[in-house]
Amino acid sequence: MKTYKDHLKRIEEFEPKIRSFVSFDKEKIEAQAAAKKDGPLAGVPVAVKDNICVKDELTTCASRILENFRPPYDAAVIERLKGAGAILFGKLNMDEFAFGSSCETSCYGPTKNPWDTARIPGGSSGGAAAAVASGFVQMALGSDTGGSIRQPAALCGVVGLKPTYGCVSRYGLIAFASSLDQIGPITKNVTDSARMLNVIAGHDDRDSTSIDNGKVDYTKALVKDVKGLKIGIPKEYFISGIDPEVEAAMKRSIGIFKDLGCQTVDISLPHTKYAVSCYYIIAPAEASSNLGRYDGVQYGLRGDEAGGMISMYIDSRNKGFGQEAKRRILLGTFSLSSGYYDAYYLKAQRVRTKIKEDFTEAFKKCDCIVTPTSPTPAFKIGEKINDPLAMYLSDIFTIPANMAGIPGISIPCGFTKNNLPIGMQILGKHFDEETLFRSAYTFEQNTDYHLKEPVIL
Amino acid sequence: MENKLLNESIVRRVATLSRLSLSDEVVNMYLSQLAVILDHINELSQLDTSGCEPTSHAVSGVKDVFREDVVRPSLSPDEALKNAPKRIGDFFGVPKILE
Repeated sequence: MKTYKDHLKRIEEFEPKIRSFVSFDKEKIEAQAAAKKDGPLAGVPVAVKDNICVKDELTTCASRILENFRPPYDAAVIERLKGAGAILFGKLNMDEFAFGSSCETSCYGPTKNPWDTARIPGGSSGGAAAAVASGFVQMALGSDTGGSIRQPAALCGVVGLKPTYGCVSRYGLIAFASSLDQIGPITKNVTDSARMLNVIAGHDDRDSTSIDNGKVDYTKALVKDVKGLKIGIPKEYFISGIDPEVEAAMKRSIGIFKDLGCQTVDISLPHTKYAVSCYYIIAPAEASSNLGRYDGVQYGLRGDEAGGMISMYIDSRNKGFGQEAKRRILLGTFSLSSGYYDAYYLKAQRVRTKIKEDFTEAFKKCDCIVTPTSPTPAFKIGEKINDPLAMYLSDIFTIPANMAGIPGISIPCGFTKNNLPIGMQILGKHFDEETLFRSAYTFEQNTDYHLKEPVIL
Repeated sequence: MENKLLNESIVRRVATLSRLSLSDEVVNMYLSQLAVILDHINELSQLDTSGCEPTSHAVSGVKDVFREDVVRPSLSPDEALKNAPKRIGDFFGVPKILE
């Protein structure tokens, strides 16, 4: 069992090479440790993505427009972590406002992948996945709108869970796309994922999308047995364009599940190919609306006032938002604007229904669905930054779960010849996180991928 | 790349609606990138969605939420104004909008 001091030592030694934190204060960590609080996460080092509000601590979304913002209250998940005795280690890097799959759109610059520092850690919760993989913290909180927990977890070789939409309160999560956003744990192993979800899940009347599902002890689902479990294999997720090493790792992993007594079922999710298009209408539309609040009036960066109110708004936004944020605001405003709303936003919401129905049909035949998390391992920093469509298409396997509101977990399932981690995604029915934990735990306990540590060079 | 749906004046109009101002160079960059993205997105028009209800909340079980109409603690003016770029008394200070 590692102490918080072991984690501090790792940070001192390797953080300059990884750059996963955007704020970090050793004295505050020592003070929390000295307070010796009790609780299910007593003394556990936890860090959180920088779009989750921590009272009086910088919460910037890795954007210039919020660079000095200190929230006057704690997010619901932070209240719960503090109540559980966790030691908050600081705030973690991310793509600006969670817009990205590589952590490269952060105004602080990219976090590096600990397995190969020339590569991206994934995104948008790239700082969170890299910090857990590097041994800087035991657990981290990320947020997932189209794969932002699962994809970086896969690319950094750790465990990332996107819970069911409505499972975890988003009170105090800075909004990106409100019909898709969900907070979840990033951890080194499945047991910690269940322990962390135990603390953060539950109804909260301050989030109107929060669903009261009663109190569940997720650690009870950590059962090393999958005999008789029916695993769906969707043919649409094993298509050309998927990296051969990822495909080989998936075939091996499905074989492991079969050897452990699972039954595999061929299923079809026929609208998968429309998911990315659907997402890149809905998510930017909601984002453009949510980002309307950044106008330099109540908080955040204020631009030049000399030209009056409207030009102050424009100057604040021009100076405060980065290139990808502006691109998404433009795309979203376009698809919501008069004359385009029906053809884009409403159409996408109808396609969303089709994607959701695909899963309803599939879950009549199986208990969970196994897919690759990402079509490729971590790519090089700079490789896709000037090709937004290529970047968007890298989310193809994670987006459908957000569209359907279902839970998904990514766990390590192999390594490439170049020692880059490969992730497997397991998808479940609404509020059936327990089947995800059971299958992920059984796989993990029968393999050793989660025990490998990166050698940070 | 030219897209039937998108041209420079539409990008500029959308920027105005978004309270952004873009230089000529940036307009052209966004025009070409957004055209590629919209070309891809237009694949949705191939799909017949007639009779298909739009989804805005994907998980069933959400009910209308009511609460008692009672006063709850809220932020003090000092807390609410702590992040204000400009504070005038207990108000947010902004440029004059009326002469």
